[in-house]
Parts: sequence; structure tokens; C-alpha cells
Amino acid sequence: MAKEKEQKEPMPPIGAWAPAVAVGWLVPGGGHFLLKKPGRGALLFASVASMFVCGLMMQGAMFQPQNGDLLTTLINTGGFIGDMCSGIFFLLSQWFGYNQPDMAGHVHDYGTKFLVTAGLLNVLAMVDAYEIAAGRKD
Amino acid sequence: MPKMNLSHFEAAFLFALFTSVVLGVVTKKTDRDRLHYGVYTFVCFLVALFGIGWAMYLGHG
Repeated sequence: MAKEKEQKEPMPPIGAWAPAVAVGWLVPGGGHFLLKKPGRGALLFASVASMFVCGLMMQGAMFQPQNGDLLTTLINTGGFIGDMCSGIFFLLSQWFGYNQPDMAGHVHDYGTKFLVTAGLLNVLAMVDAYEIAAGRKD
Repeated sequence: MPKMNLSHFEAAFLFALFTSVVLGVVTKKTDRDRLHYGVYTFVCFLVALFGIGWAMYLGHG
């Protein structure tokens, strides 16, 4: 039933949603600003930025893609993609040379999770921007 | 960059707060529903936080 419904909805043209999604990746909530939803965009920006900055202040580690056994590859590559989804915050932290090694301790561990989760929350924001741009959501 | 040294509870509280805001914003279609869902997810996080915390405390003996 769900598959039938999906098949009936045509894919919107890429020009309609790609700018909002791209801006949404670069600046969390930026896609919503582009789509004239400033309130939601501001809340998303504040949440993702706060999460990322808290992660940095807790000295969380950034994941680097690594090869090895399946679990190592999955965790490190997935974590790296999650970090990267924070957009400008990830880029700025790289440009300014943030390079915290992975250390033992619950605060560092929370920090690492905060950094990844900031990216994952931004993925949710990008999907929301896509749905608004595609006309599937107000 | 100033350092932040939080307890488990404080870190989990902040995590719940930021995540609930985003889940509330992206999930529902009206502002009223967004607010309700955001508060609901935040309360769920806190219930899980206290529940799992007590379970670990009691399970540890």
C-alpha cells in the first residue's frame, strides 16, 4: 500500500528542492530560511549549533574514516559522515584545526556523540526542507 | 575554546533538549502539534533517563 502511494507521487524537479537542501546542509536551518520559514529555521539552527558547540566544549573527538573489520569501518565511516552533515560547523572546525584525540572519560564520550548527533539532526532538517520544497509539506 | 565539564545527567538533559526541539520542528504540520510533540519527546527522554538510571543503580546492587 505504501509502495503504491510512493509510486504515484512523481519525483519533483531537482531545481525545486536542491538549493534548499544544499543551503540546509551548509547552514543548518538555512533551507527553511530560503523557503520563507524563518521561525523553524532559527530553531533548527539554534539546536544544531548548540549541540555542535557543546560537543566541541566537551572536547569530543571527530571520526576519521578507517578500514579494518566491518564494525570499525561502519562506526568510523558512519561517524565521519555524521560529523560532516553539520555543514559549516564541521568545515570551520576542520579549517581551524580542531583535532581532539579520542580520550577516555564520559564527558569526552558525550562530546563525540553530541558532534555526530548535531550532523544527524541536520539531516532531519534537510529532509524537512526537501519535503517543504517539493510541496509535500506546508 | 572553553571547556565544559558536565555530569551524566546534565549532558543527557542537554541532549534531550536539543533533540526534542528538532524532532518537534520537523515532524508535525502545525505549530501546536510541533510544540506538543517536542514536549512529549522531551518528557519521554527524561522518563527514559531516570528509568534507565534507576534500573542500572538497582541492577548494580
